[in-house]
Amino acid sequence: MDPSQLLYAKTHEWAFVEDQDGGKVATVGISAFAIEALTDLVYLELPKVGAQTTAGQPFGEIESVKAVSDVYAPVTGEVIAVNEELPNKLESLNDDPYTGGWIAKIKITDESGLANLLDQSAYEKQCQEEG
Amino acid sequence: MTLAKTPLYDWHHAAGGRLVDFGGWSMPVQYSSIIDEHNATRTAVGMFDVSHMARFRFDGPGAGDFLDKLLTRKASVVPMGKIRYSLVCNDEGGILDDVLIYNLGEGDNQYFWLVVNAGNRQKIAAWIEQHLPDEGVVFTDHTHETAMIAVQGPKAIEAVQPLCDVPIHDLKYYSGALGTLCGEPALISRTGYTGEDGVEVTVPAAAAIAIWDQILNAAKPLGGLPCGLGARDTLRLEAAMPLYGHELSESIDPITAGLKFGVSFDHDFIGKDRLEAARDAAPPMVRVGFRCADRRVPREHCTVHIGDQQVGEVTSGTFSPTLNQPIAMGYVDPAIAVSGTAVEIDIRGKRVTAEVAPLPFYSRPRT
Repeated sequence: MDPSQLLYAKTHEWAFVEDQDGGKVATVGISAFAIEALTDLVYLELPKVGAQTTAGQPFGEIESVKAVSDVYAPVTGEVIAVNEELPNKLESLNDDPYTGGWIAKIKITDESGLANLLDQSAYEKQCQEEG
Repeated sequence: MTLAKTPLYDWHHAAGGRLVDFGGWSMPVQYSSIIDEHNATRTAVGMFDVSHMARFRFDGPGAGDFLDKLLTRKASVVPMGKIRYSLVCNDEGGILDDVLIYNLGEGDNQYFWLVVNAGNRQKIAAWIEQHLPDEGVVFTDHTHETAMIAVQGPKAIEAVQPLCDVPIHDLKYYSGALGTLCGEPALISRTGYTGEDGVEVTVPAAAAIAIWDQILNAAKPLGGLPCGLGARDTLRLEAAMPLYGHELSESIDPITAGLKFGVSFDHDFIGKDRLEAARDAAPPMVRVGFRCADRRVPREHCTVHIGDQQVGEVTSGTFSPTLNQPIAMGYVDPAIAVSGTAVEIDIRGKRVTAEVAPLPFYSRPRT
């Protein structure tokens, strides 16, 4: 996935939003910047298919040697698929965060939150400010 | 509050170290990867800036007697050049800090050096001032005018020796000597907090970056890396070394913490009565290790259970790069402090299976 086509949450998750079956579906993951900051990943807890997500609320956990972090849902909706392979090959998150490193697909049920997501340039500016 | 900076701060910053607040100091948690830095220390050389540790000096004819009263170990009988692990307790026997005491002189030139945890510096300095006699002891704080660098790993001595006039191979574990390192006056001690062989060197602050660079240049061809606090924590946890604020606190005494070796009862010291009582009583809890089958990592304050009953609590947990599994330390009911006992640890509301494991998790191969 082309990082310039993605939307980003301030909490460092990305979303690729596309039209599907008359609605919108977001493929979501964690940004390269956040993966770089976490380093040494040891555990990822995926959401369950069928789970409801709320934009800005935790929907998974990622653990590094150092600490555990919540993964926040960038959109509100229902989880319709998860990347079952990912917890067993966490290096995909380092090597390929925007394609092989996808975490879940969420069928968006409330599009109003999409306006809160950043485009790539706004997100990069935020990352620069965070150092 | 502004964070204190060690003499190596500019180096850490330039090297891209990720800086965090630790005990009031801005310290690097990692430069590259905690796992890479950890493995470099286990297989070659890891270099750590430990200048945030407080360094106190005691001079004067009354220094030995004063320290005897302050410490659970009898400082006045520590032979010249030797270093002892000891504890500072309050009147109730609670641990104010764990420290290293060095005897660095003989006869009229005897003086002692005390290395104290960074976060306890003000507290211990105040405790010292409160108990210091009116005369006979001169107490000075040398933390800011010196830097301390830990060089750890099976190739640490190989890296440092060519730069140093102290014959390090002749220094026994927990011994120290004054000499010259990279042309600067230095205290070389065969100590560390990683479970590996190595040295900790104390040098003038102004020379710290030059010395660090020279040791690193010697260490790199051997596979050495600069390491941050992240690797220091995974290394010390594998080696089962307690950390103040986790395994140790004012609400626990050294006996319960499993540190009886750090207490000598043949002298009077603050807290002795309580420690004698603890020594003679059944321990209320025991410090143990845990190994987890799952990948989720128990962290501090996670509770330990057997069935419906809570039997303990985790004080530190991490992912062990050496064992490739999560490990933890904590306190449990003595009845279950038996290696192999199956327990469950509650990690953020979900239980994982674990077993009580012998400490340490890692011991370096001895030659």
